[in-house]
Amino acid sequence: MKNKKQSSFSSKYWLIIISVLCVILLGIERFTDGGGPLRFIASYTVVPMQEGISYVGRFMSDLSDNFDTLEEMKKENKKLQARVDDLTIDNTRLRQEQYELDRLRELYKLDENYSDYEKIGAHVVANNGSNWFTDFTIDKGSKDGVQVNSNVLAGSGLVGIVTETGPTYARVRSIIDDASNVSAMMLSTSDTCMVRGDLKLMDDGRLRFEKLPNNDNKIEAGEQVVTSHVSNRFLQGLFIGYVSEIEVDSNNLTRSGYITPAVDFSKLQEVLVITTTKQNMLEADADETQDAVETETPPQDQDEEGD
Amino acid sequence: MKRKLITSAVILVCFLLESTVFQNLAFAMVKPNLLIVVTSSFGFMRGKKTGLFVGFSAGLLADLFWGNALGFNMLLYAVIGYVNGSFKRMFYDDDIKLPIVLISVSDFLYGILTYVCIYMLRGDFAFLTYLMKIILPELVYTILVTLALYQIILHINKKLEEEEQRSASRFV
Repeated sequence: MKNKKQSSFSSKYWLIIISVLCVILLGIERFTDGGGPLRFIASYTVVPMQEGISYVGRFMSDLSDNFDTLEEMKKENKKLQARVDDLTIDNTRLRQEQYELDRLRELYKLDENYSDYEKIGAHVVANNGSNWFTDFTIDKGSKDGVQVNSNVLAGSGLVGIVTETGPTYARVRSIIDDASNVSAMMLSTSDTCMVRGDLKLMDDGRLRFEKLPNNDNKIEAGEQVVTSHVSNRFLQGLFIGYVSEIEVDSNNLTRSGYITPAVDFSKLQEVLVITTTKQNMLEADADETQDAVETETPPQDQDEEGD
Repeated sequence: MKRKLITSAVILVCFLLESTVFQNLAFAMVKPNLLIVVTSSFGFMRGKKTGLFVGFSAGLLADLFWGNALGFNMLLYAVIGYVNGSFKRMFYDDDIKLPIVLISVSDFLYGILTYVCIYMLRGDFAFLTYLMKIILPELVYTILVTLALYQIILHINKKLEEEEQRSASRFV
C-alpha cells in the first residue's frame, strides 16, 4: 500500500517536471528559432532512416510499374510520341521567339532572364505525419546549397519554400499549407494578389487568392497565376496554377477566388530546389546597380532627363 | 533496459511509418495518428509514469519533425499518456472495448486541442469544417488502425512481462 502511494506521488512529480519543461521550451522557442542541438542530433539519426524507408517505397512503386502490360506501354508510348512532336514544333517556334526576345532585350539592356535559375533535384523522403500541416522533408540540405527561403518546384509549378535546413535535409512548407502566403500576380495583366493555403480546401486540391484589385482588367477562369515581382521570398514568374473561380468581394474594391495548382500535391516524389534565393538576387542586384551608379553616373542622369 | 529499448523502437517505427508509408495510404488526405495509439496503449497497459514518458518521447519526435514550436506536442502527448495511465486498474488483456474507447477519446481530444491552440488562436473559427474534414476522419481511421496495431503492442507487452516474471522467479 505504501509502495503504491509512493509510485503515484512520483508519477505526479514527473508530470509536473515535464509540463514545466515543455512550457519553458515553448517560451524559449518564442525568442530563438530552431531546436538547436536536438534538431542537429535528429538530423543525423532519424532522417537517414526516413531516407531508407522512402527509398524502399520508391523501389516498390517502381516494381509495381514493371507489371504494366506491354500493350499499355505501347499505347502510352504512342501518346507520348505525339506529344513530343507537338512539343518539338512548339519548341522551335518558341526558340525563334526567344532569339527575337533576346535581341530586343539586348536593345533594351534588360539582362534579367528569369527562366535560368540554377536548380538541383531532390527526393521527398518524409511528409508531415499530422493532418494539420502540409510540409515535407527532402534529402538535400545546406551541404548541397539549399538555403532557408529557397523556392521549390515540381514539374513546372511552384510547390513551396524551404523553412528549415540541416546539413543533409531540408523542410519544405508547401503552398497549400494553412500558414502559407504567396505574393502572386496574374500573368496577362500583372495585377498582384495574395495566394493563401487553406486547410479547408486542401482535399479538393485548391488554393484561395485574395486582394486582387477590382479594376478594368478582365480576368477569367483559366488565367495563369505566377509569383509576383514584389515578393521578397519568391522569385518572379514561377507558375502557381490556373484561376478556377473568381468573384468580386463585397467591398467592391478587390476580387478573390480559387486557383487550381499546377502541381499534384498528393503524390510528390521528386522536386527541384532553386538554390539562389530572392534575397541573394536582390543583394546581387543592389551591388550591381551600385557599381553601375559609381561608374556611369553621367549617362544615367541624361536618361532621367530624357524621361 | 530491454523494455526501454523495445518501447523506444516501437515509438520510432510508428513515427517513421506515419511520415513515410502512411502518406501513400491516406484517405481523403487524412492519415491515422499512430503516435496517439502507442502513447495511450502504453499508458493504460503500464501505468501513468510509462504513459507520461512514452508520450513525451512521441511528442518530442513530432515537434522536431512536424511541428513549429518545440514543446507543444510534447506537453500534449505527455498529458494524454498520463491520463490514460490512470485507467490501468480498469484494464484487462482480453477486453478490446476499453482500449478502443480510450484511444478514440485521446485522439479526439488531441484534435480539438490542436485546433484550439493553433488554429483558433490564429482567428480561424471554422470549427465545424475542421471537425468534419480532419478530426472525425482521423478518428475513424485511427480506430481502424488501432484494431491491428493494438494487438501488436499488446503482444509485445505480454512477451516482455512473461520474460520479466521468469527472470524475477529465477532469482528468488
